[in-house]
Amino acid sequence: MKLTVWTYEGPPHVGAMRVATAMKGLHYVLHAPQGDTYADLLFTMIERRNHRPPVTYTTFEGRDLGEDTAGIFKQTCQDAYDRFKPQAIIVGASCTAELIQDDPGGLAETMDIPVPVVALELPSYQRKENFGSDETFYQLVKALAGPVEKTPEITANLIGPLALGFRHRDDIEEVKGLLYEMGIGINVVAPFDATPEDLTRLGAAHVNILMYPEHAETAARHMERALGIPYTRTVPIGVGATHDFVAEVARLCGVEPKKDLSRLRQPWWSKSVDSTYLTGKRVFLFGDATHVKTAARIARDEMGFEVVGLGCYNREFARDIRALGKEFGLEPLITDDYLEVEKAIEEAAPEMILGTQMERHIGKRLGIPCAVISAPVHVQDFPARYSPQMGWEGANVIFDTWIHPLVMGLEEHLLAMFREDFEFHDEAGASHHGGHAPRSVAEASVAEVAPEERISGKVKDEVAPDATGSDVMVWLADAEKELKKIPFFVRGKARRNTEKFAAEKGVTEISVDTLYEAKAHYAR
Amino acid sequence: MNHPANIPATTCRDTPVLKERGQREVFCGLTGIIWLHRKMQDAFFLVVGSRTCAHLLQSAAGVMIFAEPRFGTAILEETDLAGMADANDELDREVARLLSRRPDIKQLFLVGSCPSEVIKLDLARAAERLTQIHAPHVRVLNYSGSGIETTFTQGEDACLASMVPVLPATEARELLLVGALPDVVEDQAVGLLSKMGIGPIRVLPAPRSADAPGVGPNTVFACLQPFLGDTAAALERRGARMIQAPFPFGEEGTTLWLKAIADEFGVDDATFEAVTAAPRARARTAIANASAHLRGKTIFFMPDSQLEIPLARFLTRECGMEAVEIGQPFIHKGLVGPDLDLIPAGPTISEGQDVDKQLDRVRAARPDLTVCGLGLANPLEAEGLTTKWAIELVFTPVHFYDQAGDLAGLFSRPLRRRDLLKLEAAE
Repeated sequence: MKLTVWTYEGPPHVGAMRVATAMKGLHYVLHAPQGDTYADLLFTMIERRNHRPPVTYTTFEGRDLGEDTAGIFKQTCQDAYDRFKPQAIIVGASCTAELIQDDPGGLAETMDIPVPVVALELPSYQRKENFGSDETFYQLVKALAGPVEKTPEITANLIGPLALGFRHRDDIEEVKGLLYEMGIGINVVAPFDATPEDLTRLGAAHVNILMYPEHAETAARHMERALGIPYTRTVPIGVGATHDFVAEVARLCGVEPKKDLSRLRQPWWSKSVDSTYLTGKRVFLFGDATHVKTAARIARDEMGFEVVGLGCYNREFARDIRALGKEFGLEPLITDDYLEVEKAIEEAAPEMILGTQMERHIGKRLGIPCAVISAPVHVQDFPARYSPQMGWEGANVIFDTWIHPLVMGLEEHLLAMFREDFEFHDEAGASHHGGHAPRSVAEASVAEVAPEERISGKVKDEVAPDATGSDVMVWLADAEKELKKIPFFVRGKARRNTEKFAAEKGVTEISVDTLYEAKAHYAR
Repeated sequence: MNHPANIPATTCRDTPVLKERGQREVFCGLTGIIWLHRKMQDAFFLVVGSRTCAHLLQSAAGVMIFAEPRFGTAILEETDLAGMADANDELDREVARLLSRRPDIKQLFLVGSCPSEVIKLDLARAAERLTQIHAPHVRVLNYSGSGIETTFTQGEDACLASMVPVLPATEARELLLVGALPDVVEDQAVGLLSKMGIGPIRVLPAPRSADAPGVGPNTVFACLQPFLGDTAAALERRGARMIQAPFPFGEEGTTLWLKAIADEFGVDDATFEAVTAAPRARARTAIANASAHLRGKTIFFMPDSQLEIPLARFLTRECGMEAVEIGQPFIHKGLVGPDLDLIPAGPTISEGQDVDKQLDRVRAARPDLTVCGLGLANPLEAEGLTTKWAIELVFTPVHFYDQAGDLAGLFSRPLRRRDLLKLEAAE
């Protein structure tokens, strides 16, 4: 038993729903109690889907338990087939139905359903959402995709994009573009918008583009083994990774690594002088392993940030993240405990967080800007505009997205110059985020927050961002006053550095001199 | 004037109920924690359940801002189920950890879930045991918010009902208002009743456990919400008596609700009139303004919050709408009977749900407005049907006179928006 407040991943059957909802012509019959239908709103509200997820729930109740829940399942399965006439059905159990052991797969087998029925075994008490999506896609591929004749021209499957993914819709277009430039056609994109019938044609491709290892690595391995289709290891997020991706695909397919860089602006935007203020910004990375891996490289090599902490919530990829930690000289954080992540971020005191919607809330609490790089998602992660993460345009989008939360270029210098000016007081924040400036402590009452405020995110907890003082050290009044003159967004770092410096020197009273000695010491 | 003047000849109380069983597109009772934890400021709600329960709470809340809100889920793991770890020992350990970290907590609710009930984890005994361990600082209670036992707002009923047996006994003649409403609304209710000279007035749930109301043979109580059947029954078992009335939505509902209480406490008509005249007039004006877009429009209620029947009464009688179907997850005539009495026969009254069949009826009727859950709203909008999501009705202050206009506004906004948007090509 583990006390959980907020979760990064839902149960595995939600992962299966993400596959089913992304596809067309597939129906999921889920043995589940009343109430589990809440999951529909993830798709209709967060992703703004204009259709119900193709899921029929048995929604059994207490009074059904002593009776025939297996009968309810069979009836539901038959009704769902008759009403929706899908090309294939997946059947499974949610956490509660797993306990009553009705065996949906076995039950469905005894029925006369004239389309393929794929049974899912998703252990709800051991595994989580990403396992559910990966396993469901794998089971579908295993059941439906056999050896078929290759397409005469060189083609690729794009595998992994699904419902509720972070920018999957737009990544598909971007990757299609990269392949098009190399003269590679698209065989099947799956699960996104694919039908079960499409899955039977997977074997015709010459290469699998594994876009999201979290959702399709098992299927990719299976297809490599069973159908002889090699798959890509590079995820093309970031300039360098996209170059590597093109090289990898060219190698796998035996084609020229042709690229059209005319749309790529990121390198110049990063080299131009306004961006010098990005140098050495201390960033903390957290999310799913794939997005954290790619973000770490972008942060260091393409933005000139300093990565001060990193981690992922999906334990399945712990090994990758440990290797990444080694490369960056950091102890990686592998946990799905939100409070642990918050603690780690508080300790690292970064200038920016690159994380999920969960870290966005941590950032709000701690007064640290945050850009979202990974699922779990929020309605704002489904913008109306084209906004990929992958490919050349993805690199441009990421540049914009990451610097948006920061106080920008010249503005940073102006803030330092006019720090006593009323318009530049601490609570003013960056000029381009009127609505998101952290509010003063007195204003924000944590207990009484109206829902509208909670949604618009105008809330800051009582923990001040720079309240990281140590017990043994004393800040003299003058030094404290001087510290206040430093712009709020670097004050936490100044305080921490000064205290660290003082501790090293054995100084227990921090004066203005200590402050500036520390500043000189850490100057870069 | 103050009597339900025009009770129609045949009303929805007599309408045969269409009872359906099939897929139910409703939340489970755990959802109530979202508003209960904000109302009860020294309480913590510990769901003993699965990752699905935690995910539901997170998704239904829609937002998360508190590093540690006053609710959480003790997620059952493989070892708890396989009997390798004694689930009770695990629970005791998690509770001890939680309470040591959160000394502000005075009431702890162990909330049963589908999995905890299927594995027959006895949370009642656990609550007794934990109460003994953590007394006198913390009282531990338990109730079920599971989907196999409760739907959506029934969770609040189960929670309040669990509190009734431990309320202190009193012989005092007191009015008890039952239901967790936003403070602003609760204050208005107490204000109006106090002005009539009615008192003392107590509220269940109290914001803090130290203020818990007493209950006894001289207690009379009025429910603020139409889904508190078990709580009402529990209070009656303690000797309290329920005042029946239509629920306080809209000008008429509020007046009838207040009048029933006023009559119980012997308030004369002049006093009642003096206290209610001004807010009644305000409410009428506000409703008239907000309901301009609602007159003559048809409405279809999918079963969701249990507020459907009282709201249908308000929308048909005060806003000029025509109800096509009024669905509720379940119908407790002892509570919503007075509301049913006021709705003329005509609409289908349905209980339970078979969602696909019900959607067929929605598509056939093509109502001007469909009240439904969040899972159905966008899909119906995409079919050209205007919707109002039901969950807003339990999160928003909508009771009593000064919210009557807002309540009408919640229904008229989607229709106004539909009229406003010009998104198609002109030619």
